[in-house]
Amino acid sequence: MNSMLHITTLHYLVLGAALFLLGVIGVLTRRNVVIVLMSIELILNAVNLNLVAFSRYWQGMPARMGGGPMALHGQIFSIFVITDAAAEAAVGLGILIAFFRNKETVNIDEVNLLKW
Amino acid sequence: MLAGGILVITRRNPVHSALALIVTLLAQASIYLMLYAPFVAGVQIILYAGGIMVLFLFVIMLVSVDRSMRERQFNSQWVIGVIAATALGGLFIAVYTKGTSLFPDHASPVLEGDNTQRIATMLYGQYMFAFEIASLLLLVAIIGAVVMAKKRI
Repeated sequence: MNSMLHITTLHYLVLGAALFLLGVIGVLTRRNVVIVLMSIELILNAVNLNLVAFSRYWQGMPARMGGGPMALHGQIFSIFVITDAAAEAAVGLGILIAFFRNKETVNIDEVNLLKW
Repeated sequence: MLAGGILVITRRNPVHSALALIVTLLAQASIYLMLYAPFVAGVQIILYAGGIMVLFLFVIMLVSVDRSMRERQFNSQWVIGVIAATALGGLFIAVYTKGTSLFPDHASPVLEGDNTQRIATMLYGQYMFAFEIASLLLLVAIIGAVVMAKKRI
């Protein structure tokens, strides 16, 4: 058991960063608006992973530095982020439906009414 | 989870992307369980994988899929996008390798049986204001989504 990898906070942060990069590539690269919105959800999930990983880290710290078993601030923040992601997904999809009703396409390159 | 994420951004069919995202969210919930956060894992499964993704699938159903699948899938600026993301990844790697001494291995098995009670204590105590504001935000989002998707206002 000595060769088993000890999973520290850093591993979770790296995983969160990798998910964040995948989401950013999805937002910058795809032309379908629905997939762009799903990549935004990936980004929010990466942020949530960071928050909960840090909340776990603070639970291991001594209480005089703000830690202790009640240091669940990161988890509560991540619950609020999930709520906020739900609201933003609903409004974003509403905008998408309105856009699709006008233009009959979900190509993000067609959103060019403000282009000079 | 990373395989699910890669599948989300590379599939041609948006229904495949939505299913890959559901897989990613379920894997994320299991990682929350590894982090001793069972309440957040439950919220993730119920809200995210069971609510938001159903919303996405409904909208994919309403928005026609066939025409969008025949077009070109990737942007004309995808090279610059990948380069920018790689630069961001390099920044992450630099930060994490420099700060790797900040995260010691902690071996503190916190009892997770009363995690929900603790979250409830803090949520309705210290974070009560944020809780009310979140409910207001959801109300505004409901009104906004209904107004945006109506045929005639």
